[in-house]
Amino acid sequence: MADLSIDIRALVKRHGATLAVDHVSLQISRGEFFSLLGPSGAGKTSLLRMLAGFETPDAGDILIDGRSMAGVPPNRRPVNLVFQSYALFPHMTVAENVAFGLEMQRVPHGEIVERVGATLELVRLSDKRDRLPGQLSGGEQQRVALARALVNRPAVVLLDEPLAALDQQLRQQMQTELKTIQAQVGLTFVCVTHHQEEALALSDRLAVMQQGRVMQVGRPEDLYERPENLFVARFVGVSNEISGTLADVQAGEGTLMPSDVSPSRGIRVAVPAGLQSGIPVVMTVRPERIRITPGHVADGGANCLQGVVETMRYIGSEWQGVVRIGPSVRWTIHASNAASGSRPVAVGAPVSLQWNSADGVVIPLT
Amino acid sequence: MNPWSSSKETEAGLDSRFRGWRLLGPGLLWTTVFCLLPMAVVLAVSLATRGTYGGVLWEFSLDNYRDLLHPLYGRIFGQSLLLAGVTTGICLALGFPLAYYIARLPPRRQALWLIFIMIPFWTNFLVRTYAWIFILRTEGLLNTVLMQLHLISTPLDLLYSNQAVLLGLVYGYLPFMVLPLYAAIERIDPALIEAAWDLYADRWSLFRRVLIPLTKPGIIAGCVLVFIPSLGAYLTPDLLGGARSMMIGNLIQHEYLVARDWPLGSALSILLMLIVMSSLLWYFTAQVPQTRERGEQ
Repeated sequence: MADLSIDIRALVKRHGATLAVDHVSLQISRGEFFSLLGPSGAGKTSLLRMLAGFETPDAGDILIDGRSMAGVPPNRRPVNLVFQSYALFPHMTVAENVAFGLEMQRVPHGEIVERVGATLELVRLSDKRDRLPGQLSGGEQQRVALARALVNRPAVVLLDEPLAALDQQLRQQMQTELKTIQAQVGLTFVCVTHHQEEALALSDRLAVMQQGRVMQVGRPEDLYERPENLFVARFVGVSNEISGTLADVQAGEGTLMPSDVSPSRGIRVAVPAGLQSGIPVVMTVRPERIRITPGHVADGGANCLQGVVETMRYIGSEWQGVVRIGPSVRWTIHASNAASGSRPVAVGAPVSLQWNSADGVVIPLT
Repeated sequence: MNPWSSSKETEAGLDSRFRGWRLLGPGLLWTTVFCLLPMAVVLAVSLATRGTYGGVLWEFSLDNYRDLLHPLYGRIFGQSLLLAGVTTGICLALGFPLAYYIARLPPRRQALWLIFIMIPFWTNFLVRTYAWIFILRTEGLLNTVLMQLHLISTPLDLLYSNQAVLLGLVYGYLPFMVLPLYAAIERIDPALIEAAWDLYADRWSLFRRVLIPLTKPGIIAGCVLVFIPSLGAYLTPDLLGGARSMMIGNLIQHEYLVARDWPLGSALSILLMLIVMSSLLWYFTAQVPQTRERGEQ
């Protein structure tokens, strides 16, 4: 690939006895906004620190713009990191912080002034250039940290939990801003986050990680619509599940024989290539793909489950409820509040849940 | 107006006025007895005249201060300032890397190293200085080892020189440099060092542009803590410098006990105190703007 920005090849990092990063291979294109998503301890921070050069891989290699980074110290890498704590130099003004990298690279003074000015303009901090970091708000500090990386025009900008320290409202505003700035500068961004909504909103593509391994790589919609394993299904969004075995597999379709619920008629599912009848699987459906109808529908056809509403809460744009569909099976449903005056059913009421067979994703249990 | 409250208020007002003095009392007493009174005595003696047989004649005179202008004293003061300055410089040059190394260790190993630094304080300074005499003298440890290894054929003349005094002073006061430096470096967020490294800084730039500005209070504190006792050092130059190397402390001791000229000794003490106080004044003026900046944030 000519447009490859980062090529990670079978990277391994051990921390004592545990494998922090376990044979990870990833290809990231130039200008892409790529996220590493996972719970804490998934190895995403180790991976980021190896990209920055603060940690040395035990095996494997990282290529940035085709050049191996083995043995290249952080101050020689075409990479800049936006730290989670921002790590702004407290004794330097905003402009001095942003100029630091250029001064270290011995860029001529006139060019430094020009580039610092342009970058501060980009992050809308021109009026705060002579302030000290301690005099700025959290969002402003975040933008200084971003500007301090961007001004160097590195091959890759690394972001470590960039929005974690901000409050909810500022977070959403900065998400949009970050995305806009990334599109404007056209640099490759690699972002580490444990916040799945943030990762979906920001990324062109993302990798979901768990225990040092990459569980799935893809566009946000791939991960949400077509999770390849239960970890991804559960970590990215809410997963409503039924386990069972496959039967009557024919032409990419089949029937699920559930082990923990008893539907009125069978459950029809789309079956991914390579799966045969008789193997144990889990079917997962997203909450907003489920239609909820009051009462027990007499003949709902396929993909109809009957249950009892356990909780229901109103959050304005929709109703979010939990429905018990089996002795120990509960599903979460999100019912849209699109039609005015629509009222979902009361707690304790019997309901029917229906979904299209295409929305049920089948994941083999291995 | 309620007569009850007004009388109570007067009482409270009187009370608070006295309470202020009562709270200040112990501190004032301490300062007066242990600091101001001895200093007043020294000042008074420095303005008196030496008696024929070494006593103090209470006749006012500025002769002692005029005597201080003698080039001999100037040379001794100059040499002391130089030795104290060089000691401070060497302690800073040795202490900073050491303090940096300790501050970057895992917490448990940090504590171990700090104990190593402080262990010498458990032994009397005099005894430790004698140990240096055993190491440095002509038939001492160092010369013996060097001769055995055939690195030298005749013993080196190490003891009783300015270099020996310098060595003793650096040895004695290095902990006073390391501890405040360690406290300052330990407080720096490690991410700041990584950020500098990530932003293409080499070791020297990291040191000059990030570490020095952020540890400035510690550097100043360490320098003051080493410079002041080095300047007034008595024991180290006396034992390691011998007759060849004299510092202010030895000069004062000499005037008091050998020449029995208390007034001149007192005048020398006052001059030393003025030098120390002016360096402390520099310390506070260098510190205050920083704290003010921090207060604004």
